[in-house]
Amino acid sequence: MAEALAQIAPVEGLGMITIRADLSRAAEAIAEAAGLSVPDMTRIATDGSRALGWMSPDELLLILPVAERDDAITVLTDALAGEHALVADVSDARMVFDVTGPHADDVIGKLMPVDLANLPPDGLRRSRAAQTAAALWRIPGGFRLIGFRSTADYLRLILENAAIPGSQLAPR
Amino acid sequence: MSHTPPFRLSKGGRLIDRAYQLAFRFDGRHLRGVQGDTLASALLANGQMLMGRSFKYHRPRGPLASGAEEPNALFGLGQAGRFEPNQRASTTALVPGMVLRSQNCWPSLDADMGAINNWLSPLLPAGFYYKTFIHPRPFWKHVFEPIIRRSAGLGRAPVDPDPDRYEQAYAFADTVVVGGGIAGLTAARDAADKGGRVIVLEQNPVWGGRTPTDHDGGQAAIDALLADLRGRDTVTLRRNCMATGLYDHGYLLARETLADHDPNQGIPRQRLWRIRAGHVITATGALERPLSFACNDVPGVMLASAVRDFITDYGVAPGQRIVVVTNNDDAYRTALTAQRAGLEVVAVIDARLRPAGDLPQAVRAANIPVMTGKAIAKVKGGPHVEGVALCDQAGDGRVTGTLDCDVVAMSGGWSPVVHLYSHCGGKLIWDEAEAMFRPDPDRPPLGADGQGMATVAGAANGDLRCAGDLERTEGAPMPVWVMPQRAPYRLRAKMWLDFQNDVKVTDVELAAREGYASVEHAKRYTTLGMATDQGKVSNINGLAILSAALDQPIQATGTTTFRPPYSPLTLGTIAAEARGDAFQPLRKTPMHDWHARNGAAFEPVGHWRRPYSYPRGGEDRHAAVTREILAVRNGVGTLDASTLGKIVVKGPDAGRFLDMMYTNMMSTLPVGKCRYGLMCNENGFLMDDGVVARLSDDTWLCHTTTGGADRIHGHMEDWLQCEWWDWQVYTANLTEQYAQIAVAGPRARELLQRLPGTIDLGQQALPFMTWAEGDLAGIRARVYRISFSGELSYEIAVPANRGLELWEKLHDLGRDLGVTPYGTEAMHVMRAEKGFVMIGDETDGTVIPQDLGLDWAISKKKADYIGKRAQARSFMRDGGRWQLVGLESLDGRVLPDGAYAVEPGVNANGQRKTQGRVTSSYHSPTLERPIAMGLVRHGPARMGQVLEFPMPSGEVMKARIVDPVFYDKEGARVNG
Amino acid sequence: MLTLTCPYCGVQAEETELAPGGEAHLKRIGPAGTAEEFEGYLFARKNIKGVHFERWRHAYGCGKWFLAARDTQTMQVFGTYRAQTPHATDDIVGNARQARPEWVPDWPQASEAVVG
Repeated sequence: MAEALAQIAPVEGLGMITIRADLSRAAEAIAEAAGLSVPDMTRIATDGSRALGWMSPDELLLILPVAERDDAITVLTDALAGEHALVADVSDARMVFDVTGPHADDVIGKLMPVDLANLPPDGLRRSRAAQTAAALWRIPGGFRLIGFRSTADYLRLILENAAIPGSQLAPR
Repeated sequence: MSHTPPFRLSKGGRLIDRAYQLAFRFDGRHLRGVQGDTLASALLANGQMLMGRSFKYHRPRGPLASGAEEPNALFGLGQAGRFEPNQRASTTALVPGMVLRSQNCWPSLDADMGAINNWLSPLLPAGFYYKTFIHPRPFWKHVFEPIIRRSAGLGRAPVDPDPDRYEQAYAFADTVVVGGGIAGLTAARDAADKGGRVIVLEQNPVWGGRTPTDHDGGQAAIDALLADLRGRDTVTLRRNCMATGLYDHGYLLARETLADHDPNQGIPRQRLWRIRAGHVITATGALERPLSFACNDVPGVMLASAVRDFITDYGVAPGQRIVVVTNNDDAYRTALTAQRAGLEVVAVIDARLRPAGDLPQAVRAANIPVMTGKAIAKVKGGPHVEGVALCDQAGDGRVTGTLDCDVVAMSGGWSPVVHLYSHCGGKLIWDEAEAMFRPDPDRPPLGADGQGMATVAGAANGDLRCAGDLERTEGAPMPVWVMPQRAPYRLRAKMWLDFQNDVKVTDVELAAREGYASVEHAKRYTTLGMATDQGKVSNINGLAILSAALDQPIQATGTTTFRPPYSPLTLGTIAAEARGDAFQPLRKTPMHDWHARNGAAFEPVGHWRRPYSYPRGGEDRHAAVTREILAVRNGVGTLDASTLGKIVVKGPDAGRFLDMMYTNMMSTLPVGKCRYGLMCNENGFLMDDGVVARLSDDTWLCHTTTGGADRIHGHMEDWLQCEWWDWQVYTANLTEQYAQIAVAGPRARELLQRLPGTIDLGQQALPFMTWAEGDLAGIRARVYRISFSGELSYEIAVPANRGLELWEKLHDLGRDLGVTPYGTEAMHVMRAEKGFVMIGDETDGTVIPQDLGLDWAISKKKADYIGKRAQARSFMRDGGRWQLVGLESLDGRVLPDGAYAVEPGVNANGQRKTQGRVTSSYHSPTLERPIAMGLVRHGPARMGQVLEFPMPSGEVMKARIVDPVFYDKEGARVNG
Repeated sequence: MLTLTCPYCGVQAEETELAPGGEAHLKRIGPAGTAEEFEGYLFARKNIKGVHFERWRHAYGCGKWFLAARDTQTMQVFGTYRAQTPHATDDIVGNARQARPEWVPDWPQASEAVVG
């Protein structure tokens, strides 16, 4: 039997922190606290172990090893103490999958109404995967996808279904 | 003249591979085809010309066409879950082991009892059903309807679930070309030259459209274009992919067949492409029209193009002696093709007086008789063509001679395939010279930018000679709508327009006479074009007849509306991944698997699955509910409350904002305290409720109902972004960040105090409607002293990843206390025992808080909140509203949920007037009697009165109006 | 199926990523409003065949509400703009007038600036 179009691997051990603030005022403070520059609109900044994604004009998502989460929340909260801002731990509210392999694009292309050819290398796209909200960005060999914890089983099922062997999108 | 072998020609057939024989079954017979056959060519190769029965008269039908327009040759295909009705023989590839069943006949295709309708046809004109089955009225239900229902619908619906897999995929392109014929491929090359991504879709397994079949140099021209396109990175060529519809803003749906009728491949059977196109070029070709002469539906009468397709593409002889009848040059190709294949071409009958193009000349040069100015007066033969009677086209049908033949290849001209262009608003113009509707380039379908989003190329654009040099000079056609021109009624009554639905020339004329002058009305009155081919064959001929009957130009009549899909789509492609376990995203709490392991009977709440109850041993789910309630009332129970919405609202203006969101005053809530809040919409109606906790000076946490979390978060963001966007407030929906466990019952505190931790859970430190946070069993937790059961109760929120751990710990430590997991139904009953309202039970989108006696939760001090103005409207304040009361059944039976209370007297229609309804009704295990709540006019002022609730059986149940709080009226239990 | 460009994040979103919110530029009527004013706010909608201003939320994206000017008959989109904008911008009005010369904005500033 041929191989699946892509490997669907749940990713554990990530902490996630939602930051809501006026990014035009607080960008510097956030960058310093997060250890990453604030990304441009619809981009994600990464440095290997940490990533900072642009979620909305007044919202960022900091992704980091879960061990660093509590400290990061404290540092961010302190850094934004003088600002109107909201820092919230959302690590447990999310489920993360890495979709990697030669046909990872096809798996995503079956589920998300996203033009992947126009997704920049550091692009972050929020959209839906079939019937559930999801966001994705590129990682080496494929994509990282985040969705809601409660729909993790659904997300995994539709990803695996989309990856069944022999179903690549290339014309035959 | 009989239909005689050999049916498969000894040579030829560009699409078949004779080396691979494929066995299949047709109505129980074992037959063989070859690789590359369609069902139609395989059946013809076996001498099977009879392929179906028409819908109304059950007349014998052979294949008419060779493509998607085929109206006759439809089969039930496959077995069990893979059975599909109405599969088109002309477009379905033969797969080894296929099982075909003929349709619309009984007991068999050859001897069909329904054919008696054919003899009754003079009695079954258009509109027959409308006129006949009206009276006498009782006959409809008992006589007409059962008979009509039995005979209605073509083919049988499958009974078993479809075991095949389907999928969808998204694609984006600057240009999508629909049609892989010479026009489409040329357009694709030109588009690719200009830059951008190009997708080319071809419905057939092979590229080229008609060009390779019709032209000697055709295949080479196609191959050259394909080679060019395949060399380009920006071009995607996708065959077996039929564009089914073009929608707003360049949204194009296309169905790709991957493993149709071939389940062994193990891949999705079909894939529905959802393509967003910058521009669409439709190069969908043209469809040949039949000619309307008497008995043009006898098997063996086929479109001229289909005859040469079967010969050239599949090496199949539809017959041995062929008569071609035409009003144009193109059909002469069929004569040449047939002769070249060694078949006898008896004559070409041309309605035109002086056909002089290259093709007629070539036919004459091949010594094929050409009869000009002639027409077919009538086809002879019953189940199969035996010959034709000839007449003058200009005359009234007087027979001038006869010819023996077994196939009539007819061509009434060509109609561009304008479906995609028309789906989204593109308009058509009538081309008098070519006798066809073609796309009007000045009125294309418009895209998001207001510019035309589709253009048309080739034959689809009316350019029937788009193969360029290959098509040389073809003469103009002559419009021929009936043959002969002055055919009398007896001939016109035998001229078929819609072959599947049995609509004849006289039926359309009758519709016109009876006033159905609009083409849309005439269509529905006669069912013209309503068959599974959706008028591909019949539409233009029918509206030409209608125009003649109305004595108006064809442009004035217009066409019926072209609606997607171009050809039927199986529902599987539309559902795609959304089936079985993936039908909907089921939302699961962190403790879901524990519930499942412990026997929970789940119920859907929005997309969540929540335990309804946890039956044990031989218990049913209702017995479990009773046990769970008693466990909570007498000991302690746990409820998974993780699904409750949890929205954090923070900022300098958060208090002011929440004062607008809730009917209560939230800005004055002290830090550390909780308050039950009501949320209304601008109509004043109660839309959600929940406990609000003030976390800090500028931060509140708002609980919503399970179904309300996303909606209420969206509602808050709407007001923040669109109305009070200068207020400094941020919200975050943290619903899924926390697992939440309600621990309720007189021994709840005792249980929780067994957990090590830093939170003082005592009555003094943590009184009712307060919260505290700290460490609980090594987990960072927030504990709310709130109660929906009326018992001493704590709700504990912990990070979702630790929820199961805490839940299991509570059950380990509480075993000796009899700690019992309880489900949503126990929660519902207990809140009803306490007279607490439930959004969705006591509310239905028309209920204001005041109706529910919740005035205490509506601030009188606030100048404004969402819904305040609406609640001041006159009819919200008048005394006639239905208001919340308790209801006590008089005979000890549980009132049916939703039952209506009636008033004395009747309304103008003689119906009983209502004065209230039951909103919640249960058997209370605590009180060992039925309890109910309801909304009743002037209810609270009518304590003690008895209401009557008529049942559907005619019986009347009675209930007394009582206080809605049935249990622990003084509220002592909440403190344990 | 429509595509609209979210003015907050620049994503060209398809309709399934958006949530509709009805007519735009309604003025909220609070407790001080008369019965007639309140009725108009709650129930009276223009239901235009032609140039229409409407609310959309980029629900499966950045979550922001925005406004779109669209022709309800031809589906032409004249522009999208932020929800905090009191009226459609001049360039959007210009686009709409180009497609529908007979259409005139019903707010006074625009009539002067764009219609002249």
